[in-house]
Amino acid sequence: MSTITPAQVQHIANLASIPVSDEEKKDLAQAFEETLAVVQNLQSVDTSHVEPTHQVTGLENILREDVVDTDHMLTQEQALANAKQTHEGFVVVPRIIDQD
Amino acid sequence: MTTPDSKNYELVCGMEVHAELKTNSKMFCGCKNDPFGAPEPNIYTCPTCMGMPGGLPVANKKAIEWTIKLGLALGCKINLFSKFDRKNYFYPDLPKAYQISQFDIPFCYEGTIETSEGPIRITRIHLEEDTGKLQHKNIDGKKVSLLDYNRSSVPLIEIVTEPDIHSTSQAKEYAKKLRQIIRYLDIADCDMDQGGMRLEANISLREVGTTELPNYKVEVKNINSFRFMEQAIAFEMDRHQEILEAGETPPQETRGWNPTKNETFAQRMKEEAADYRYFPDPDLAPVRFTQKQVDAIGKQLPELPNAKQARWLTKFGIETKYSDLLTSERTYAEWLETVFAQAEKPNDIANALVNKKITISEGEAPAAVIKKVAALTQTDDVDSSELLAVIQEVMKANNDAVAKFRAGDTKVIGFFIGQVMRALGKKVDAAELRNALMTELKK
Amino acid sequence: MLAKKTLTQVLDLLEKKEITLEELHKDLHAAVAEKNETLNVYLTVNTASAEEAAQRSEAALRGIPIAVKDNYCTKGIRTTASSTVLDTFVPPYDSTVIANLKKAGASILGKTNLDAWAHGSSTETSQYGRTLNPRNTNHLPGGSSGGSAAAVAADMAIAALGTETAGSIRQPAAWCGIVGLKPTYGRCSRYGVVAMASSTDSPGPMTKTVEDAALLLNHMAGHDKYDGTTADVSVPDFTQAIGKSIKGLKIGYVYHSIEGLEESNAHLAKELEVFKKLGATVEKVEAMDPHYAISVYTVVQRGEVSSNLGRYDGIRYGNDRSFFGAEAKRRIMLGTYTLSKGYSDQYYNTAQKVRSLYIQDYNKLFETYDVLISLTSPGYAKKIGATEGEAMFGELEDMLLEPSSISGLPGISVPCYRDPETNLFLGMNIVAPMWKEETVIQVADAYEKATNWNTWRAAEKAGE
Repeated sequence: MSTITPAQVQHIANLASIPVSDEEKKDLAQAFEETLAVVQNLQSVDTSHVEPTHQVTGLENILREDVVDTDHMLTQEQALANAKQTHEGFVVVPRIIDQD
Repeated sequence: MTTPDSKNYELVCGMEVHAELKTNSKMFCGCKNDPFGAPEPNIYTCPTCMGMPGGLPVANKKAIEWTIKLGLALGCKINLFSKFDRKNYFYPDLPKAYQISQFDIPFCYEGTIETSEGPIRITRIHLEEDTGKLQHKNIDGKKVSLLDYNRSSVPLIEIVTEPDIHSTSQAKEYAKKLRQIIRYLDIADCDMDQGGMRLEANISLREVGTTELPNYKVEVKNINSFRFMEQAIAFEMDRHQEILEAGETPPQETRGWNPTKNETFAQRMKEEAADYRYFPDPDLAPVRFTQKQVDAIGKQLPELPNAKQARWLTKFGIETKYSDLLTSERTYAEWLETVFAQAEKPNDIANALVNKKITISEGEAPAAVIKKVAALTQTDDVDSSELLAVIQEVMKANNDAVAKFRAGDTKVIGFFIGQVMRALGKKVDAAELRNALMTELKK
Repeated sequence: MLAKKTLTQVLDLLEKKEITLEELHKDLHAAVAEKNETLNVYLTVNTASAEEAAQRSEAALRGIPIAVKDNYCTKGIRTTASSTVLDTFVPPYDSTVIANLKKAGASILGKTNLDAWAHGSSTETSQYGRTLNPRNTNHLPGGSSGGSAAAVAADMAIAALGTETAGSIRQPAAWCGIVGLKPTYGRCSRYGVVAMASSTDSPGPMTKTVEDAALLLNHMAGHDKYDGTTADVSVPDFTQAIGKSIKGLKIGYVYHSIEGLEESNAHLAKELEVFKKLGATVEKVEAMDPHYAISVYTVVQRGEVSSNLGRYDGIRYGNDRSFFGAEAKRRIMLGTYTLSKGYSDQYYNTAQKVRSLYIQDYNKLFETYDVLISLTSPGYAKKIGATEGEAMFGELEDMLLEPSSISGLPGISVPCYRDPETNLFLGMNIVAPMWKEETVIQVADAYEKATNWNTWRAAEKAGE
């Protein structure tokens, strides 16, 4: 059984954009190991002749015609109603790249 | 700047081009697809393209058909069975934190675009959704980014090539040809200023004479003009050459183009290596086409520029040096063909248009265009004795000019030509008149 | 007290004009006011339910208020998924199921507690506090639809909506002694329901009787052009299966000799005699070991969760990602890990293949049997605090349901035993092939009426 290091947890936390404290890192590493120990049994199943199932319904070609559908469209007010900060119809976020 | 065609190194370059399809509605929801025409930000959104809880995608059939159409136009093979996958990453303009794209089974693969410097192999064409639009502003002294989701989930095709491009001019020719074909198919406007078409070049250099792929590549992203692309590639070639000559390898990285400074710049890298954690989107059923359906799409293809040029040559005798330019836009070419069909010497018309000897507007009656071209070369028959008489008369009336000419100022010939024409009141062959004048003046 | 009535009873009373809508709403709000502080069932109460209902009194459901799990988006009513990440989120849209129900005349009584993001089987991971089991307040209601189950069990609602990914309707239904129906995947639209594991999420009814479940499902189900995974199959009138004889039906009893299940298995085995008396045949069958299903579910669900919960970044709505609770963080990160480079083949792709094996196993069993019956949960409702430090609590509690969940099958849990000392229940899980909810309803209804475990049916018989 592999051991999950705090560094690996940090790497995953970065990929998942989840802030974690050092304390949490330890707990998470342990939770990872417990979980991975449970799912380890998958490796013992012979799946060499099996196709994966991504969709249980077996549906294919569920497509829309190219028509504008206003039924679910939001007004600008509705679209922005839950945003923390807006400016002249835009959603505002702190600057992420400095491009000056 | 050294020349891009370096003596010791050659360019090895592949391209990734994104183009927004001009469907009526977005890729995965029914919102209006018109991000550039929208009078206000965030007015064409819904829970799905805003990434709100419970929003679900349903794929736009036309966008899929158009992707296949482009694939067929580029001679691609078509995957009859395909699917959409989630590409997971975080960025404020990506509302769901995943982009619905295609990972291992793109709609189209293995095509070609011919250039004058050789064929460029198309690796794949896949369909995905565009992100929202970010603008960087200062508001109340704070640096912020403004988000508009009108563009979020607009259908976007990505055309990826093999590293077959070996010069800046070939890169430009490829990109222009691709845009031309996309426009011929009428599936995208490819407006580069607006970001409707975006270029990305994967650049590396190798020593001339070697054939293996270099062990590094530098991505220059989000280039929004052909000229900038040429400049960016040339800039990178110089930069790489310097590094290589110093015995080092340019670091693998993503760069941007700064058009004001005329240089590329390293984009700040995230600490993490990219890991998009692709997996099939469970919200979208796979897509399956029959060969018959693909054939039906193929039948809708218009005649493409290369084929048109070849046909014009055989049918109308239009030289390729003209047809190359004249077929650049489909509606123009189609109109022009109605002119050629009625012209006696279609190649003269092509010549006149390319060399801008006449001004016309697209859609003008063919007869009118033919008349304009004919007027260029039409001359009245002038008796040679009549011509001689007029020349002598003009010379007599302009002794000063004759003296000037004889003193070596041959430029005054133009003056004489004008005078003779006016006195004649007829249109004569310019070359003939010039010869006659020279003979008399030199006497 | 009208709040104690079943959906069918209330409809009947309204149709006969023996009660008014106002009385009904008043009674329900009174029940909520009385018990909510102790049980923590509702996160948001819709005080305007009566006015909204009045406009719909002519439609099939006559304005009856229902409890809605707080992961269904409800236009104008705060929707949190029991996470403070969505503390302030007021959706400008209704989920399709809510829209369908409103059209059919239902109104919203309030939004019920759940395990945050529906991650769990206890309702203990809610960031708004745990819900208590109304049958015995020292115990948990199960989850993730624990608030809805408790609302029904405590007569704080006439009926409720839940969602199930793997056990989240049936397991709390079993623990609270109510009926929980998980429809076929794709039967009810997921549009507007906070996505957990997209390939298994199924909205469904949680009710006092099987008949109520059938009735409510009638108005929830149907193809939705906004959810490409809903099937364009006709929706039968599920109430037609009510009262239908089960004579001649073949029942497979899925027996798992798993340690710790002895007592529960003994109770279930005894109950199976009821079916024989009703004219059905019952045979013990062996099904694929559910332990692999735990793994399939864990890997697929964590992977999908990690992607589905990426959107909660606090930019367009809600709070940022630091607000996620411990359980959500664990799941998001584990899913990120199993989908990451070098691991996705080992975990995610293998899991989807093993999933195919379960589907094949069911297909074979359904060649012989009309329905398969097992326990819903290995045992009774656990005591409060049971989830502490248990990363796999839910998966282990739901292990008997996971095979059918990952296969997309419809299933129902009905009470099949009550411990007289603790007042806690065991649930019986009845599973049928895809799109065969009718069979599940038919068998469950026959059993419910032939026994006294359902407290509302028992009260009805006693003439209360």
